[in-house]
Amino acid sequence: MSNSDLKVKVWRGSQEGEFVEYLVPRNPNQTVLDVVTYIQRKLDPTLSYRFACRVGMCGSCAMTVNGVARWTCRTHVSKIVEGDSLEIAPLNNLPVIKDLATDMREFFNKWKGAVGFFKGDKTRHDDFTKVQPNSEERQLADAGIECIGCGVCYASCEVVQSRPNYLGPAALNRAWTLTNDVRDVQQLERMQAVAGDAGCHACHSQGSCTEFCPKAIEPTASIAGLKKLVARAAVRGSKWGKL
Amino acid sequence: MGQAMSEGVLQAKLWYAQRISAMVLGLCVAIHLAIIFYAIRGGLTAQEILGRTQGNVLFAIFYEIFVLACFVHAPIGMANILQETFPKSSVARPIAWILALLILILGTTAVVGVFTGGQI
Repeated sequence: MSNSDLKVKVWRGSQEGEFVEYLVPRNPNQTVLDVVTYIQRKLDPTLSYRFACRVGMCGSCAMTVNGVARWTCRTHVSKIVEGDSLEIAPLNNLPVIKDLATDMREFFNKWKGAVGFFKGDKTRHDDFTKVQPNSEERQLADAGIECIGCGVCYASCEVVQSRPNYLGPAALNRAWTLTNDVRDVQQLERMQAVAGDAGCHACHSQGSCTEFCPKAIEPTASIAGLKKLVARAAVRGSKWGKL
Repeated sequence: MGQAMSEGVLQAKLWYAQRISAMVLGLCVAIHLAIIFYAIRGGLTAQEILGRTQGNVLFAIFYEIFVLACFVHAPIGMANILQETFPKSSVARPIAWILALLILILGTTAVVGVFTGGQI
Protein backbone atom coordinates (compact mmCIF):
# COMPACT_ATOMS: atom_id res chain seq x y z
CA MET A 1 0.00 0.00 0.00
CA SER A 2 1.40 3.38 -0.94
CA ASN A 3 0.65 6.49 1.06
CA SER A 4 -1.27 7.93 -1.80
CA ASP A 5 -3.83 5.13 -1.95
CA LEU A 6 -7.46 6.13 -1.65
CA LYS A 7 -9.52 4.49 1.06
CA VAL A 8 -12.78 3.80 -0.67
CA LYS A 9 -15.81 2.53 1.23
CA VAL A 10 -18.31 0.96 -1.13
CA TRP A 11 -21.83 -0.20 -0.32
CA ARG A 12 -22.14 -3.97 -0.79
CA GLY A 13 -25.48 -5.75 -0.59
CA SER A 14 -28.98 -4.64 -1.46
CA GLN A 15 -31.36 -2.82 0.88
CA GLU A 16 -29.49 -4.59 3.69
CA GLY A 17 -25.75 -4.52 3.43
CA GLU A 18 -22.57 -2.86 4.62
CA PHE A 19 -19.71 -0.67 3.49
CA VAL A 20 -16.56 -2.55 2.46
CA GLU A 21 -13.25 -0.73 2.25
CA TYR A 22 -10.95 -1.01 -0.77
CA LEU A 23 -7.58 0.60 -1.40
CA VAL A 24 -7.32 2.18 -4.82
CA PRO A 25 -4.20 3.85 -6.26
CA ARG A 26 -4.59 7.54 -6.99
CA ASN A 27 -4.14 8.84 -10.51
CA PRO A 28 -4.17 12.35 -11.88
CA ASN A 29 -7.57 13.39 -13.24
CA GLN A 30 -9.16 10.26 -11.81
CA THR A 31 -12.96 10.25 -11.73
CA VAL A 32 -15.14 8.46 -9.20
CA LEU A 33 -16.28 6.14 -11.98
CA ASP A 34 -12.61 5.28 -12.64
CA VAL A 35 -12.31 4.31 -8.97
CA VAL A 36 -15.37 2.06 -9.08
CA THR A 37 -14.20 0.50 -12.34
CA TYR A 38 -10.76 -0.16 -10.85
CA ILE A 39 -12.33 -1.97 -7.90
CA GLN A 40 -14.44 -4.16 -10.16
CA ARG A 41 -11.65 -4.98 -12.64
CA LYS A 42 -8.76 -5.43 -10.22
CA LEU A 43 -10.08 -6.10 -6.73
CA ASP A 44 -13.56 -7.62 -6.71
CA PRO A 45 -15.30 -8.63 -9.94
CA THR A 46 -18.58 -9.24 -8.08
CA LEU A 47 -19.15 -5.49 -7.59
CA SER A 48 -22.26 -4.33 -9.47
CA TYR A 49 -22.69 -0.81 -10.80
CA ARG A 50 -24.11 0.88 -13.85
CA PHE A 51 -22.52 3.08 -16.49
CA ALA A 52 -22.50 3.49 -20.24
CA CYS A 53 -21.13 6.57 -21.98
CA ARG A 54 -18.47 7.81 -19.49
CA VAL A 55 -18.83 11.35 -20.81
CA GLY A 56 -21.89 12.80 -19.07
CA MET A 57 -24.51 12.07 -21.69
CA CYS A 58 -26.34 8.89 -20.75
CA GLY A 59 -27.28 9.51 -17.12
CA SER A 60 -26.66 5.98 -15.89
CA CYS A 61 -23.69 6.31 -13.51
CA ALA A 62 -25.13 8.49 -10.73
CA MET A 63 -24.25 7.39 -7.18
CA THR A 64 -24.04 8.89 -3.72
CA VAL A 65 -20.45 9.98 -3.20
CA ASN A 66 -19.45 11.28 0.22
CA GLY A 67 -23.11 11.76 1.03
CA VAL A 68 -24.06 13.71 -2.10
CA ALA A 69 -25.69 12.39 -5.28
CA ARG A 70 -23.41 12.98 -8.27
CA TRP A 71 -22.71 11.82 -11.81
CA THR A 72 -19.59 9.76 -11.16
CA CYS A 73 -18.12 9.87 -14.68
CA ARG A 74 -17.60 13.61 -14.53
CA THR A 75 -16.77 13.97 -10.85
CA HIS A 76 -13.04 14.24 -10.27
CA VAL A 77 -11.85 12.54 -7.11
CA SER A 78 -9.57 15.48 -6.32
CA LYS A 79 -12.58 17.85 -6.15
CA ILE A 80 -14.52 15.90 -3.53
CA VAL A 81 -12.11 13.63 -1.66
CA GLU A 82 -12.11 14.12 2.11
CA GLY A 83 -8.54 13.49 3.24
CA ASP A 84 -7.89 10.20 1.48
CA SER A 85 -11.41 8.79 1.86
CA LEU A 86 -14.32 8.26 -0.44
CA GLU A 87 -17.66 6.73 0.47
CA ILE A 88 -19.64 5.46 -2.48
CA ALA A 89 -23.25 4.35 -2.05
CA PRO A 90 -26.22 3.81 -4.36
CA LEU A 91 -28.62 6.70 -5.03
CA ASN A 92 -31.09 7.55 -2.25
CA ASN A 93 -34.86 7.27 -2.60
CA LEU A 94 -34.65 4.27 -4.94
CA PRO A 95 -34.68 0.55 -4.11
CA VAL A 96 -31.21 -0.98 -4.29
CA ILE A 97 -30.90 -3.99 -6.59
CA LYS A 98 -27.30 -4.84 -5.72
CA ASP A 99 -24.31 -2.81 -4.54
CA LEU A 100 -24.35 0.49 -6.46
CA ALA A 101 -27.14 -0.35 -8.91
CA THR A 102 -30.61 0.96 -8.05
CA ASP A 103 -33.96 0.00 -9.48
CA MET A 104 -34.96 3.08 -11.49
CA ARG A 105 -38.32 1.79 -12.71
CA GLU A 106 -40.33 3.96 -10.35
CA PHE A 107 -38.32 7.02 -11.33
CA PHE A 108 -39.13 6.53 -15.00
CA ASN A 109 -42.70 5.43 -14.38
CA LYS A 110 -43.24 8.78 -12.69
CA TRP A 111 -42.16 10.54 -15.90
CA LYS A 112 -44.94 8.63 -17.60
CA GLY A 113 -47.26 9.51 -14.71
CA ALA A 114 -46.52 13.21 -15.25
CA VAL A 115 -47.41 12.78 -18.95
CA GLY A 116 -43.74 13.46 -19.59
CA PHE A 117 -43.83 12.34 -23.20
CA PHE A 118 -44.60 14.12 -26.46
CA LYS A 119 -47.71 13.64 -28.51
CA GLY A 120 -48.47 15.72 -31.59
CA ASP A 121 -51.31 15.74 -34.09
CA LYS A 122 -49.31 16.19 -37.30
CA THR A 123 -48.44 13.48 -39.79
CA ARG A 124 -45.53 13.13 -42.17
CA HIS A 125 -47.70 14.77 -44.84
CA ASP A 126 -48.01 18.01 -42.86
CA ASP A 127 -45.52 20.81 -42.99
CA PHE A 128 -43.09 21.32 -40.10
CA THR A 129 -44.31 23.45 -37.23
CA LYS A 130 -42.26 26.62 -37.10
CA VAL A 131 -41.16 27.46 -33.57
CA GLN A 132 -39.21 30.70 -33.27
CA PRO A 133 -36.01 30.13 -31.28
CA ASN A 134 -36.55 33.35 -29.34
CA SER A 135 -40.25 32.76 -28.56
CA GLU A 136 -41.08 32.66 -24.85
CA GLU A 137 -42.24 29.03 -24.95
CA ARG A 138 -39.13 27.86 -26.77
CA GLN A 139 -36.88 29.68 -24.28
CA LEU A 140 -38.71 28.17 -21.31
CA ALA A 141 -38.53 24.68 -22.81
CA ASP A 142 -34.83 25.15 -23.61
CA ALA A 143 -34.07 25.93 -19.97
CA GLY A 144 -35.03 22.41 -18.90
CA ILE A 145 -34.50 20.34 -22.03
CA GLU A 146 -30.97 19.04 -21.39
CA CYS A 147 -32.01 16.58 -18.66
CA ILE A 148 -30.18 13.25 -19.03
CA GLY A 149 -32.41 11.39 -16.57
CA CYS A 150 -29.61 10.51 -14.14
CA GLY A 151 -31.84 10.65 -11.05
CA VAL A 152 -29.54 12.92 -9.02
CA CYS A 153 -32.36 15.41 -8.37
CA TYR A 154 -34.75 12.63 -7.40
CA ALA A 155 -32.21 11.16 -4.96
CA SER A 156 -31.51 14.60 -3.44
CA CYS A 157 -35.16 15.64 -2.98
CA GLU A 158 -36.49 15.80 0.59
CA VAL A 159 -40.09 15.69 -0.59
CA VAL A 160 -39.52 12.46 -2.55
CA GLN A 161 -38.14 11.03 0.69
CA SER A 162 -41.21 11.97 2.73
CA ARG A 163 -43.93 11.45 0.09
CA PRO A 164 -43.34 8.26 -1.89
CA ASN A 165 -46.03 9.14 -4.43
CA TYR A 166 -44.51 12.55 -5.27
CA LEU A 167 -43.63 12.67 -8.96
CA GLY A 168 -40.27 14.31 -8.28
CA PRO A 169 -38.18 17.04 -9.87
CA ALA A 170 -37.10 15.26 -13.06
CA ALA A 171 -40.61 14.20 -14.10
CA LEU A 172 -42.04 17.62 -13.31
CA ASN A 173 -39.21 19.37 -15.15
CA ARG A 174 -39.98 17.22 -18.18
CA ALA A 175 -43.67 18.04 -17.86
CA TRP A 176 -42.80 21.74 -17.81
CA THR A 177 -40.71 21.55 -20.99
CA LEU A 178 -43.63 19.80 -22.72
CA THR A 179 -46.08 22.35 -21.36
CA ASN A 180 -44.04 24.86 -23.33
CA ASP A 181 -43.96 22.70 -26.46
CA VAL A 182 -46.50 24.37 -28.75
CA ARG A 183 -46.88 21.19 -30.82
CA ASP A 184 -47.99 18.97 -27.94
CA VAL A 185 -51.69 18.08 -27.68
CA GLN A 186 -51.93 16.61 -24.15
CA GLN A 187 -51.80 19.85 -22.18
CA LEU A 188 -54.99 19.45 -20.11
CA GLU A 189 -54.22 15.84 -19.36
CA ARG A 190 -50.71 16.80 -18.27
CA MET A 191 -51.92 19.61 -16.01
CA GLN A 192 -54.36 17.16 -14.35
CA ALA A 193 -51.51 14.72 -13.82
CA VAL A 194 -49.12 17.20 -12.20
CA ALA A 195 -51.68 19.07 -10.04
CA GLY A 196 -51.75 18.72 -6.30
CA ASP A 197 -49.86 16.88 -3.61
CA ALA A 198 -48.49 14.06 -5.73
CA GLY A 199 -47.34 16.68 -8.19
CA CYS A 200 -45.97 20.18 -8.34
CA HIS A 201 -47.84 21.62 -5.35
CA ALA A 202 -45.99 19.36 -2.92
CA CYS A 203 -42.63 20.99 -3.76
CA HIS A 204 -41.16 22.94 -0.83
CA SER A 205 -38.90 24.99 -3.12
CA GLN A 206 -35.96 23.89 -1.02
CA GLY A 207 -33.88 23.70 -4.19
CA SER A 208 -31.76 20.58 -3.61
CA CYS A 209 -32.58 19.40 -7.14
CA THR A 210 -31.31 22.65 -8.58
CA GLU A 211 -28.23 22.63 -6.36
CA PHE A 212 -27.13 19.13 -7.33
CA CYS A 213 -28.27 18.83 -10.96
CA PRO A 214 -25.08 18.04 -12.89
CA LYS A 215 -26.52 19.67 -16.00
CA ALA A 216 -27.23 22.92 -14.12
CA ILE A 217 -30.95 22.67 -14.85
CA GLU A 218 -33.30 24.36 -12.38
CA PRO A 219 -36.17 21.95 -11.71
CA THR A 220 -37.25 24.25 -8.85
CA ALA A 221 -37.99 26.97 -11.41
CA SER A 222 -39.80 24.52 -13.69
CA ILE A 223 -41.94 23.32 -10.79
CA ALA A 224 -42.72 26.90 -9.80
CA GLY A 225 -43.85 27.50 -13.38
CA LEU A 226 -46.11 24.45 -13.22
CA LYS A 227 -47.56 25.50 -9.84
CA LYS A 228 -48.66 28.86 -11.19
CA LEU A 229 -49.90 27.55 -14.52
CA VAL A 230 -51.85 24.63 -13.04
CA ALA A 231 -53.41 26.61 -10.17
CA ARG A 232 -54.52 29.32 -12.60
CA ALA A 233 -55.93 26.68 -14.92
CA ALA A 234 -57.91 25.23 -12.00
CA VAL A 235 -59.30 28.55 -10.84
CA ARG A 236 -59.55 30.73 -13.92
CA GLY A 237 -58.87 28.40 -16.83
CA SER A 238 -56.05 28.36 -19.34
CA LYS A 239 -55.60 28.69 -23.10
CA TRP A 240 -56.22 24.93 -23.30
CA GLY A 241 -59.36 25.02 -21.14
CA LYS A 242 -60.27 24.69 -17.46
CA LEU A 243 -59.23 21.88 -15.14
CA MET B 1 -72.67 19.43 -10.99
CA GLY B 2 -70.24 17.65 -13.22
CA GLN B 3 -67.98 14.85 -12.13
CA ALA B 4 -66.35 15.17 -8.73
CA MET B 5 -63.34 17.45 -8.68
CA SER B 6 -60.11 15.49 -8.67
CA GLU B 7 -57.97 15.65 -5.56
CA GLY B 8 -55.14 17.29 -7.51
CA VAL B 9 -57.35 20.06 -8.86
CA LEU B 10 -58.73 20.74 -5.37
CA GLN B 11 -55.18 21.01 -4.03
CA ALA B 12 -54.20 23.32 -6.88
CA LYS B 13 -57.14 25.58 -5.94
CA LEU B 14 -56.17 25.51 -2.28
CA TRP B 15 -52.60 26.42 -3.24
CA TYR B 16 -53.95 29.36 -5.21
CA ALA B 17 -56.16 30.47 -2.32
CA GLN B 18 -53.19 30.27 0.02
CA ARG B 19 -51.04 32.31 -2.36
CA ILE B 20 -53.63 35.06 -2.75
CA SER B 21 -54.34 35.15 1.00
CA ALA B 22 -50.57 35.40 1.60
CA MET B 23 -50.49 38.55 -0.53
CA VAL B 24 -53.38 40.03 1.49
CA LEU B 25 -51.66 39.02 4.73
CA GLY B 26 -48.37 40.59 3.65
CA LEU B 27 -50.15 43.91 3.24
CA CYS B 28 -52.21 43.53 6.42
CA VAL B 29 -49.19 42.62 8.56
CA ALA B 30 -47.27 45.63 7.24
CA ILE B 31 -50.15 48.00 8.08
CA HIS B 32 -50.69 46.25 11.43
CA LEU B 33 -47.00 46.70 12.37
CA ALA B 34 -47.02 50.34 11.30
CA ILE B 35 -50.06 50.97 13.51
CA ILE B 36 -48.34 49.19 16.43
CA PHE B 37 -45.22 51.36 16.07
CA TYR B 38 -47.43 54.44 15.95
CA ALA B 39 -49.63 53.33 18.84
CA ILE B 40 -46.93 52.43 21.37
CA ARG B 41 -45.35 55.87 21.36
CA GLY B 42 -45.76 57.12 24.92
CA GLY B 43 -47.13 53.89 26.35
CA LEU B 44 -50.10 51.74 25.54
CA THR B 45 -53.44 51.57 27.35
CA ALA B 46 -56.71 49.79 26.67
CA GLN B 47 -58.42 53.19 26.73
CA GLU B 48 -56.18 54.46 23.95
CA ILE B 49 -56.78 51.41 21.80
CA LEU B 50 -60.53 51.46 22.24
CA GLY B 51 -60.46 55.19 21.62
CA ARG B 52 -59.12 54.49 18.15
CA THR B 53 -61.15 51.42 17.31
CA GLN B 54 -64.54 51.95 18.93
CA GLY B 55 -67.11 52.83 16.32
CA ASN B 56 -64.39 53.06 13.65
CA VAL B 57 -65.79 51.22 10.62
CA LEU B 58 -62.53 51.39 8.65
CA PHE B 59 -60.61 49.74 11.49
CA ALA B 60 -63.26 47.04 11.78
CA ILE B 61 -63.26 46.33 8.03
CA PHE B 62 -59.45 46.24 7.93
CA TYR B 63 -59.18 43.76 10.80
CA GLU B 64 -62.01 41.59 9.51
CA ILE B 65 -60.14 41.32 6.19
CA PHE B 66 -57.06 40.37 8.23
CA VAL B 67 -59.09 37.68 10.03
CA LEU B 68 -60.53 36.34 6.75
CA ALA B 69 -57.06 36.12 5.19
CA CYS B 70 -55.82 34.15 8.24
CA PHE B 71 -58.94 31.97 8.04
CA VAL B 72 -57.97 30.99 4.48
CA HIS B 73 -54.19 30.91 4.82
CA ALA B 74 -53.31 29.18 8.09
CA PRO B 75 -55.54 26.06 7.91
CA ILE B 76 -54.32 25.20 4.38
CA GLY B 77 -50.71 25.35 5.56
CA MET B 78 -51.56 23.41 8.73
CA ALA B 79 -53.30 20.71 6.68
CA ASN B 80 -50.24 20.40 4.41
CA ILE B 81 -47.86 20.08 7.35
CA LEU B 82 -50.07 17.49 9.07
CA GLN B 83 -50.51 15.54 5.86
CA GLU B 84 -46.76 15.37 5.32
CA THR B 85 -45.91 14.63 8.95
CA PHE B 86 -48.59 11.98 9.45
CA PRO B 87 -49.23 10.66 5.94
CA LYS B 88 -51.11 7.58 7.11
CA SER B 89 -53.58 9.31 9.40
CA SER B 90 -56.60 11.30 8.30
CA VAL B 91 -56.34 14.03 10.94
CA ALA B 92 -55.22 16.79 8.56
CA ARG B 93 -58.62 17.89 7.26
CA PRO B 94 -60.59 17.79 10.55
CA ILE B 95 -57.86 19.67 12.43
CA ALA B 96 -57.55 22.21 9.62
CA TRP B 97 -61.31 22.80 9.72
CA ILE B 98 -61.29 23.21 13.51
CA LEU B 99 -58.43 25.70 13.22
CA ALA B 100 -60.26 27.56 10.44
CA LEU B 101 -63.45 27.89 12.49
CA LEU B 102 -61.50 28.95 15.60
CA ILE B 103 -59.69 31.67 13.68
CA LEU B 104 -62.91 32.87 12.09
CA ILE B 105 -64.98 32.88 15.30
CA LEU B 106 -62.34 34.15 17.73
CA GLY B 107 -61.00 36.67 15.22
CA THR B 108 -64.42 38.05 14.37
CA THR B 109 -65.35 38.17 18.06
CA ALA B 110 -62.22 40.23 18.70
CA VAL B 111 -63.01 42.61 15.84
CA VAL B 112 -66.59 43.05 17.10
CA GLY B 113 -65.18 43.53 20.62
CA VAL B 114 -62.87 46.42 19.77
CA PHE B 115 -65.45 47.97 17.45
CA THR B 116 -68.25 48.01 20.04
CA GLY B 117 -65.97 48.36 23.06
CA GLY B 118 -67.41 45.19 24.50
CA GLN B 119 -70.89 46.61 24.87
CA ILE B 120 -72.93 43.82 23.29
